[in-house]
Amino acid sequence: MSQKIILEIKNLCKEYFSITALDDLSFDLGEGEIHVLFGENGAGKSTTISIIAGATKATRGEVLLDGEIISLDSVQAARSYGISAVFQEFSLIENMTVEENLFLSAEKNTLGLLNKKDLHDAAVKILHDLDFDLNPKSKVAYLTRAEQQMVEIAKAFREDSLRVLILDEPTASLTDKETQQLYKLIDKARSKGVGIIYITHRMEEIDYLADRITILRDGKFITTVNKKDVCETELIELMTGRVIDQIFPDINYNPKDLLLETENLKTQSGIVKDVSIKVHRGEIIGLAGLVGSGKSFIARSVFGLDKALKGKVTYKNENCTNSTPKQMINNGLIYLPPNRKEEGLLMDRNSIENISLSAIHSNKFSNYTLINAKKEKEYIQVLADKLSLYPNNITLSPKHFSGGNQQKIMLLKSLIEDMDLIILDEPTVGVDVGTRSVIYNLIKDLCEVGKAIIIISSDLPEVLNLASKVYVFYGGYIQAELEGEEITEQNVLNNFFEKRNNLHEQ
Amino acid sequence: MNNSITANLKLSFIKLGVLPFLLILAIVVFSILSSNFLTVDNFTNVARQSTYLVIISIGQMFTLLTGGFDLSVGSIMAISSVTTAMTIVFFTTIFPDSVYLVILVGLMSGILVGILVGAINGLGVSLFDVSPFIMTMGVSSTVFGIALYLTGGVPISDLPDEFSDFFGYGTLFDVPIPVLITLFIAFTMYILVSHTIYGRYVYATGGNIKAAKLSGISTKKYLFMAYIICAILAAVAGLLLTARIGSGEANLGASFPLESIAACIIAGVSLRGGIGNVQSVVLGAFFIILMQNGMNLAQIESYLQIVVIGILLIVAVLADKLREKLLDSTKI
Repeated sequence: MSQKIILEIKNLCKEYFSITALDDLSFDLGEGEIHVLFGENGAGKSTTISIIAGATKATRGEVLLDGEIISLDSVQAARSYGISAVFQEFSLIENMTVEENLFLSAEKNTLGLLNKKDLHDAAVKILHDLDFDLNPKSKVAYLTRAEQQMVEIAKAFREDSLRVLILDEPTASLTDKETQQLYKLIDKARSKGVGIIYITHRMEEIDYLADRITILRDGKFITTVNKKDVCETELIELMTGRVIDQIFPDINYNPKDLLLETENLKTQSGIVKDVSIKVHRGEIIGLAGLVGSGKSFIARSVFGLDKALKGKVTYKNENCTNSTPKQMINNGLIYLPPNRKEEGLLMDRNSIENISLSAIHSNKFSNYTLINAKKEKEYIQVLADKLSLYPNNITLSPKHFSGGNQQKIMLLKSLIEDMDLIILDEPTVGVDVGTRSVIYNLIKDLCEVGKAIIIISSDLPEVLNLASKVYVFYGGYIQAELEGEEITEQNVLNNFFEKRNNLHEQ
Repeated sequence: MNNSITANLKLSFIKLGVLPFLLILAIVVFSILSSNFLTVDNFTNVARQSTYLVIISIGQMFTLLTGGFDLSVGSIMAISSVTTAMTIVFFTTIFPDSVYLVILVGLMSGILVGILVGAINGLGVSLFDVSPFIMTMGVSSTVFGIALYLTGGVPISDLPDEFSDFFGYGTLFDVPIPVLITLFIAFTMYILVSHTIYGRYVYATGGNIKAAKLSGISTKKYLFMAYIICAILAAVAGLLLTARIGSGEANLGASFPLESIAACIIAGVSLRGGIGNVQSVVLGAFFIILMQNGMNLAQIESYLQIVVIGILLIVAVLADKLREKLLDSTKI
């Protein structure tokens, strides 16, 4: 790789308030190079690409294009330099057609009147050049996720002057066939001299695509290596390095009787295909896997949010297949969803109401009809103190709290009534280290008094350090069941992806 | 000194919203414009006139709290009015001697029909997921048509005097009966919304329906119930109005759907659901009637009155947005 350098990143820093998300990152990108950014969640990858794409402003540091400092104030500015990003979250308007989406904010027009013919022709040309089999006239809403991904990528190619393409886990939702198509496309772009910054967790992809790899850990630049010089194990070692272990408490597991069992569960969403798990009291079960692997939907199905088509759910020795959330909560099982704003909290109602909501029908602070507001407040205040809610004012609504404290409010929901099984789906997304440690200690306490906990997490250290048993999911199946000593990063990661042989068979 | 007054005003604005300020302003202005305004007689009058809108607005608030609204409250009033009047007239000819029983049966029939309409709205919105706008608009048109068809567009008079004497013009300790009924309803609904589990679930359903479901709440049930309660209150208001004008009419509710929504919005109820309370809504409805009364006394032309009410609604909403901003900026 002796081609010329197009993009240079120098001493990039990003601080949010007092938290350092990115600390002194430097790397460069060559013409026609695929440069992989590699690191755990929260390592700073997303911050990096977000800065380069103009979506976030760096606190310090500079970005050089062809040796000249450029100012990346907005996505438009970045685009004008030929830097385009395809983020994991699509920015497509579902009710518009492919061609309308392709040229959104860059519509061809004469005095404000749309030149629909030109626009259509240009869209056809882009799609043809990329060899995408898409009808420019079809509505985005009717496309599969992979096709939408193609539109998103095509959008990045709409400028003739594309120099730098940023792809954030583009294959996360693609099938193997679609992935192959994407690879072809990437090759094509590379042959045109486009530099590509690529984020992925998949070893196969790094193997197949990468020229160089820059490793980030906890916001810090670790090293940049040539792909051909390192092996998988080395990479994973570099990525994890010395993890700060103190935030994870030592837990005394004490597995007792069987509490929950699923047998060959298959669900309506199609995400869970055939899953059998067992959960005992006094255990912490970790569910690991990629997004869409079924690790979250198995829990949602047990809780009654994804209908079971086949198989059986047994809870407390009773058949609970296709129960409702209400029945499960009354039976001592609660599921706390990953997205606080969308599914977790009533952002406009005060925290007291939020915390007591799932338990208010019991007689704890009501006579089944009227609520004793004073008793309710006192009871919840004690719990809030225990988790050191900050600011310690439960009459505020969740929107006034930080992400970590919103998470505490959610957790408090599971403490009002004596729950037997608490399912935490991504309990530490967007949560700072201090709060994490509070949450982990709470999980420890709950486990040690004999409750069962299921932790569903994309944060690997969390699963590795807390769980007494880990199920690794892939594509709707369980790919591995690890216990005790077997729970190592290597073992989990090895099962994160489709087994290598399978990939080549297809 | 001045600073602390402004600071206090700002704080009470954040706490109470714009409505109390508008009310005080209106009372001051109209007192200056007309010497008849600030009198016990006039306020009793306003209280009685406002009963219908107050009751309907409380009902409307339930649907708004769940994130919907009910455009059919006017038609529910109409069909209840017509049904009750027809029932009373029909049974009076058969049992001319048992007036009170006949009136009771009439009232029951009107409220039952109201519940039926509410159930149709509720089923559409909760079970079939139809948008409240379309559902209640469609039902409104249908029901209004039926009410017109039943009466041929002609008011049903010949109601027994006892009906109007009590529910329309009766007083107890000098307080008009409709006002007493309204106070009773307002108090009951206040307890229901603010102090019961039911109320919590209504707020939760409107505040975030997904989170409510995940907290084990049967959200469909609470959506459905909101339309039933709204319909019952609309029917009650329709019957009180029927007693007041002394005849069953299909046309008596036309202005109420929008006025009741306006009253709720002025009172700070969120169109997105989950925010609002009975006390404010009662004030909001009272405020609208007070404005109309004041403008009448001040001899403001009726067409202009419509303009003023419209402007007030917009001012109230703008003020609410400002309040939200202030609230956010004072966060920790």
